[in-house]
Amino acid sequence: MKNMIKLLKTSPVSARFGLIVITLSLVVALLAPILAPYGQSEIVSDVWLSPSYDYPLGTDQLGRDMLTRLIYGARNSIFIAFTTTMIAFGLGAILGLIAATTGGWLDILLSRIVDIFMAFPTLILALMILSVLGTSIPVLIVVVALLDSTRVFRLARALAMDIAIMEFVDAARLRGEKTLYIVWREILPNALPALIAEFGLRFCFIFLFISSLSFLGLGIQPPTADWGSMVRENSGAMNFGILCPLYPAATIALLTVSINLVVDWFLHRSAQIRA
Amino acid sequence: MMNEQRLLTIKNLQIEGWQEEKWKPVVKGIDLHLNRGEVLGLIGESGAGKSTIGLAAMGYARKGCRISGGSINFHGKELREASERELENIRGVKIAYVAQSAAASFNPSHQLMTQFAEIPLEHGLMTQAEARQKAVNLYTRLFLPDPEGIGFRYPHQVSGGQLQRAMVAMAMACDPDIIVFDEPTTALDVTTQIEVLSAIKDVVRQSNCAAIYITHDLAVVAQLADRIMVLQNGLEVEEGDARSMLHAPKQEYTARLLAVRRVIKEARPPVEEEPLMRVEHITAAYKNGPSILHDVSFNVHRGRTVAVVGESGSGKTSVARVITGFLPQSEGMIYFDGIEMSPLLKHRDKNRLRKWQMIFQMPDVAINPRHKVKEIIGRPISFYYGLGKKQVGKRVGELLDMIELDTGYLDRYPSELSGGEKQRICIARALAASPELIICDEITSALDQLVAEEILKLLQRLQDELNMSYLFITHDLATVKAIADDVVVMYQGRVVEQGPRQTVFTPPHHEYTELLLSSVPEMDPDWLDNLLKKREQKEMNK
Amino acid sequence: MDFLLPLILKRTGFAFLTLFTISLLIFVGLEALPGDTAQAILGQGATEENLAALRKEMKLDLPVHTRYVSWLKDISHGDLGNSLSNGRPVSEMIGWRFQNTLLLAFSAAMVSIPLAIILGLVCALYQNSWLDRILSTSTLSAISFPEFFVAYILILVFVVQFEMFPSVALLKPGMGMMEIVNVLVLPCLTLTLVVLAHMMRMTRATIIGVLSSPYIEMAQLKGVRKHKIILYHALPNALGPIINVVVMDLAWLVVGVVVVEVVFVYPGLGQLLVDSVSKRDIPVVQTSGLIFACTYIFLNLTADVLSIISNPRLRHPK
Repeated sequence: MKNMIKLLKTSPVSARFGLIVITLSLVVALLAPILAPYGQSEIVSDVWLSPSYDYPLGTDQLGRDMLTRLIYGARNSIFIAFTTTMIAFGLGAILGLIAATTGGWLDILLSRIVDIFMAFPTLILALMILSVLGTSIPVLIVVVALLDSTRVFRLARALAMDIAIMEFVDAARLRGEKTLYIVWREILPNALPALIAEFGLRFCFIFLFISSLSFLGLGIQPPTADWGSMVRENSGAMNFGILCPLYPAATIALLTVSINLVVDWFLHRSAQIRA
Repeated sequence: MMNEQRLLTIKNLQIEGWQEEKWKPVVKGIDLHLNRGEVLGLIGESGAGKSTIGLAAMGYARKGCRISGGSINFHGKELREASERELENIRGVKIAYVAQSAAASFNPSHQLMTQFAEIPLEHGLMTQAEARQKAVNLYTRLFLPDPEGIGFRYPHQVSGGQLQRAMVAMAMACDPDIIVFDEPTTALDVTTQIEVLSAIKDVVRQSNCAAIYITHDLAVVAQLADRIMVLQNGLEVEEGDARSMLHAPKQEYTARLLAVRRVIKEARPPVEEEPLMRVEHITAAYKNGPSILHDVSFNVHRGRTVAVVGESGSGKTSVARVITGFLPQSEGMIYFDGIEMSPLLKHRDKNRLRKWQMIFQMPDVAINPRHKVKEIIGRPISFYYGLGKKQVGKRVGELLDMIELDTGYLDRYPSELSGGEKQRICIARALAASPELIICDEITSALDQLVAEEILKLLQRLQDELNMSYLFITHDLATVKAIADDVVVMYQGRVVEQGPRQTVFTPPHHEYTELLLSSVPEMDPDWLDNLLKKREQKEMNK
Repeated sequence: MDFLLPLILKRTGFAFLTLFTISLLIFVGLEALPGDTAQAILGQGATEENLAALRKEMKLDLPVHTRYVSWLKDISHGDLGNSLSNGRPVSEMIGWRFQNTLLLAFSAAMVSIPLAIILGLVCALYQNSWLDRILSTSTLSAISFPEFFVAYILILVFVVQFEMFPSVALLKPGMGMMEIVNVLVLPCLTLTLVVLAHMMRMTRATIIGVLSSPYIEMAQLKGVRKHKIILYHALPNALGPIINVVVMDLAWLVVGVVVVEVVFVYPGLGQLLVDSVSKRDIPVVQTSGLIFACTYIFLNLTADVLSIISNPRLRHPK
């Protein structure tokens, strides 16, 4: 605890800003039903009203309260992206670490499969798969997670390979330690800082990716509140000079920037510690 | 009265380094002078500041360092007040630098000749053709193969020793007044070192330029230097004429540095009993590669140290990899305690594995930076013996005692330890398994000489107390003399000679053994010249 | 140079293998739908006749591998099938749109590449200066923004506020040069901003890495003038990695174009793809997907090959 407080004291303004935004978003996501003034799909008034006391951010294209939609959108977008990242990361990292440590045919097989998937533009592949399987939320999560796990695999494997050639891994092998021990106690603790940073970056990417898919109409479907789809639904308002679609777009940008700022600071610190 | 011979005068030099968010002193007030045609040797262990001083002589400080005080006067010009332009005109032209690693210091994208001619051409000192001619000239004088053509190669196409000499040639391109040599032969094999050393000595004498020769090896500097300055922790320990210092050093630190190379282990009579480990007719190769070991055989007896000596490419490290099971042999077998050792590591039984342990060369990467000392030493105990936490703790305490460290080290991380301390932890980790044989792979090569000496003393004590056998792999003959009972000499994957140490090191012996033995620098300043004369004689007699 | 040939051929071979696998995936993935393809396309209300007709048209009664082979054969003859939504040949629809997408991507590349390299160089040389810090923070933000956000901000400023450019890119064949530029500016600017940010960060990192190499310090110790150090010592070694980054970002550009086209309703291949996916217009999806994949793989291959060529160790082996 003392270490954490010391850490926070030495952090630059940008990182603190990032942490505040992230914390705020998590709070909003968790407490959405309590914080939101109206129901998620409740139509309260006319379309595209300007901000007022009743509706602090105005209304959307169907007459729902924008603030409510944003709050529920936070919950949906963040949770979906988080679940996807957890799956992608879990799958990719574990397979990557194991592939690097055991080597042999398993490593070659997995690497080839990953190479082929990575040689293909993710967006296109995702679009095509979703056009076949439909865009329900479970499908979306699984498809994006599988596609993104390839990148995590690459990174985890490269990290593990760098660590595995160090003599302390040789020393463990010489003792007769099993692969599980080597991955868990020798390699993982050294790969952790980089993996944590990568988790943050993956979340950002997946978050943006799902938002873009939703924006294209092929991600999260209405009436579920989602920041990406909200931009799409309200895009017509731009022609009338109404700034509606910018609110959800801005929140996406804000959250992503914040995570990037924190990850940047984290990486900067670990580089310093190592030096 | 301005001394016409005086080239460089450094007074009260202070340099600071940026560490842990603060400026900390690295060089704490050094006085140094250099006259025309003189060679000054800067000696010290790591952290003494010798490299930093060498760079400061050119008015240069590395990133993260700054010259904070004192005066650096080159030929009447105060370098600390010189403009960027003036410094650029002096560096490479009047004062040149030869770095420790030639491979890293040459630009991989340009040919050697291009990099040679860069500075003379820039300052308009000669034409392209003249530069080329001078390069070939210098390459010839430095005994480089194919002096006409080698200039057109790229750095990665040339071997380490040749690249080092090419860098010396490059430094001499503009006939500088001073050359700073920063550990130029440290990374080379002993036999290559001889060639480079003599080439440097020749060329420096002939051109009458002054030189600052930085090294940690007193024997090497003894061959070249007129004067020697001993440094420790950024301060001068002693300075004076080379010969008198080697014969009668005034300071204890200098005496200890001199003594390091002179330790010789008592000869022990050879044993008749069954060897602990038998290595028989091992032939091995890396996947899809050429053979690196041919028919290697030797024995290790209980309580004795076998040193496997060779230079790079001799196969000595591969021998360790075969014994430990990382590299399965294609022919031959290894027996431990009379029982066959399966070639592949993963087929070996845990209880057998316990009996031989290994210590590695670089202590920084040999222990897990995320484990505390107590886990590093404790793990083999719990892994092999399945003991409870309390018992493991007790045993770890005993081991710390054995390696002469106190219990305060238990909760420390490797980053908080020095090189010597880390290597001791590695020894404790090996001991924790209570092995019968410890394989030591160049374990002192990365350590300072005084620290290495302590480690070797520790190992000998442990051998005496526990009747431990060691397989000591090294390229350094002084180390062999200090700890080995038996010696195996390797060259290009074959055993060239083996036997008790005295026998192997006393002639008559194999030609290569003779070459190896004679290439080890001695503290005698005339050693190099005598050696070269002797070798010339041999060539003429052939 | 001959030493490089086997390496290059190997990479090219792998690229073709990938392409082949992708085409297999595209085909099998789309045609081997769970459930009934025809039903999925025509929806619940389709009559038996319509379903049968569609099945016949799409040759759904033949086994998968036969269909795949005949699909490949058709493509090699230039017959890309007919669109399911309007019956016109796919090749007709795609030709002009692909051109437009290339135009957009190309103009964005033309602007972003030189800028990225110059800015990256400047930031690396003046590391931690105020300029470097400002640019680093802005690029960090730019790569965090979704493209549609950047697009809408630009629309807000240039269309709504200043009314300089159209918000809908109504590109038509036969338009004059000035009109084309007018329509192109905003979409191009959007793409440029996002790609520039990423490219600049990578260029900066690469050059900083090269500048901290020992041979750069050696050049300083030889007294080489600062600008010569950068031009003759740093750049030749930074070139390889920078080219790699540039080409790989180009590959990304080709894909990033999709969202931008949708925002500005730009008549390109990306917009067509998105439309066809929503309409389940399989032949069009297959073909556009394949074209995007080809371009992407080809660009990555080029990056690989250029990387190999610019490595002096590979160009001049021992």
